[in-house]
Amino acid sequence: MTAYLKLDHIGKSFTRGSATTEVLRNIRLTIDKGEFVSIIGHSGCGKSTLLNLVAGLAKVSYGAVLLENQEVNTPGPDRAVVFQNHSLLPWLTVYENVNLAVGKVFGRTKTRAERHDWIMENLTLVQMAHAVDKRPAEISGGMKQRVGIARALAMEPKILLLDEPFGALDALTRAHLQDQMMEIHARLGNTIIMITHDVDEAVLLSDRIVMMTNGPAAMIGEVLEVPLERPRKRIALASDWTYLKCREAVLKFLYERHRFVEAAE
Amino acid sequence: MSLPATKSDVIVAGPFNKRSASVVPLAVKPRHFDVRGLAVRIAQAVLPPLVVLAIILSLWQIAFSNPGSSLPPPSEVWAQSSELIVSPFFEYGSQDIGLGWRVLVSLERVAYGFGLAAVIGVLMGALIGQSVWAMRGLDPIFQVLRTVPPLAWLPLSLAAFLDSRPSAIFVIFITSIWPVIINTAVGIRNIPQDYRNVAQVLQLNHVEFFYKIMVRAAAPYIFSGLRIGVGLSWLAIVAAEMLTGGVGIGFFIWDAWNSSRLTDIIVALVYIGLVGFMLDKLVSFLGAVVTRGTASN
Repeated sequence: MTAYLKLDHIGKSFTRGSATTEVLRNIRLTIDKGEFVSIIGHSGCGKSTLLNLVAGLAKVSYGAVLLENQEVNTPGPDRAVVFQNHSLLPWLTVYENVNLAVGKVFGRTKTRAERHDWIMENLTLVQMAHAVDKRPAEISGGMKQRVGIARALAMEPKILLLDEPFGALDALTRAHLQDQMMEIHARLGNTIIMITHDVDEAVLLSDRIVMMTNGPAAMIGEVLEVPLERPRKRIALASDWTYLKCREAVLKFLYERHRFVEAAE
Repeated sequence: MSLPATKSDVIVAGPFNKRSASVVPLAVKPRHFDVRGLAVRIAQAVLPPLVVLAIILSLWQIAFSNPGSSLPPPSEVWAQSSELIVSPFFEYGSQDIGLGWRVLVSLERVAYGFGLAAVIGVLMGALIGQSVWAMRGLDPIFQVLRTVPPLAWLPLSLAAFLDSRPSAIFVIFITSIWPVIINTAVGIRNIPQDYRNVAQVLQLNHVEFFYKIMVRAAAPYIFSGLRIGVGLSWLAIVAAEMLTGGVGIGFFIWDAWNSSRLTDIIVALVYIGLVGFMLDKLVSFLGAVVTRGTASN
């Protein structure tokens, strides 16, 4: 069986003038269909760069990103991104923001009525159907992020890329959205890559956790399987032995072996 | 996360909504029209400038009321030119018309020149804002050209168009286009990377990106450019009309000077000032409507 998404020895360097900074070195990773993979690491280790490479927003310096055995190096709606700061267009309403994506992806294949139903279905999925006519400035941060998720889901992507999607939210809202994300994943079976720096979030949501070493020239340090049954309940897991072991493993990796050092820039 | 306690609860009841929310009606304070508050606010806005105006007029009256003074006092302006003030739209002959008509003729020229400058300016600004090479090539040239005073273009445009009407419009155009170009370019260079990423993921083409993202995201900048531009074009029209003739407000001043009707000139100045003020307000109002929601996020 071939992997759904394959990162084949990819690396990324940025060149500014004569100085070259190697951000990522020799990343190898395969992800199966329907898998939920988290990428965790200290800030500045190149997590977001890695996600941008998969999204096609940045070009790999070497190696290749293969999606269903096809090389991808330009952005496209088959790899929808949920950005950390939601990135909704403030002059469009919630509905219009999702419509922008749906119109672009399904403009030819779905009728107007079908597109409307599809938009509403996705907004209902994230419980935002009540606010279709609101503008982003009129809704809360958690709501904006939910609309961002709806916009990404509405593209029917092969892979959903989440770039610290809940990082800017308060703890309660974050927990609520994490639960919603798990239910969406259970229902739709999406393949998801999530960038995070929250250990609990990574263990709770993921099938596997990819731990990055510190940059420059960050590599994959370790990959941890999270053998917890789904559906997962955060309260029951709080005292679950496997959960705690996984959590401990990630913490040890982050705080013992690859302690964050102030980048000497 | 709070459940939305609104009338649309029924729709919201999606797969994750296992609890039900009860609607708690909030007491709404009855709003009745506050006449007194409105009157106070109007008075606060209108009274101070009126008082200052009265002071200026009386100082002016005192300073120029002795018989040998070079300029007419306000009382004489009223005595000689009251018809121009009270009836802007009289029509006694082809050259003897009210100032309202003359302003409209000038505004028409401004509309053509400035309209053209707005459209071409935004497109050029988009090009410069998007393309580093277009910016490197064009920006220095624009920076030089924009310092050329409006009237310096007039002889050249008269030579090129051989007619005063298109020449005046060209002068308006060339005067007002620079701030539009420069502001648009700055606005487009400042479009957040997030919006560009969204556009890339959605694979928007250049045309879609232009009218779905660029124009909207850069709208606050574009409108501040347009506002400067419309002010400049109103400055230029008066000067251009003094030289090209016709029936505009600028030519009226020149004509009045040639026949020593100083009081008419003073009335025309007030007209020009008020119309310029209204043009500025109009563009800024349009900007406020178009950019609603763009700035705050």
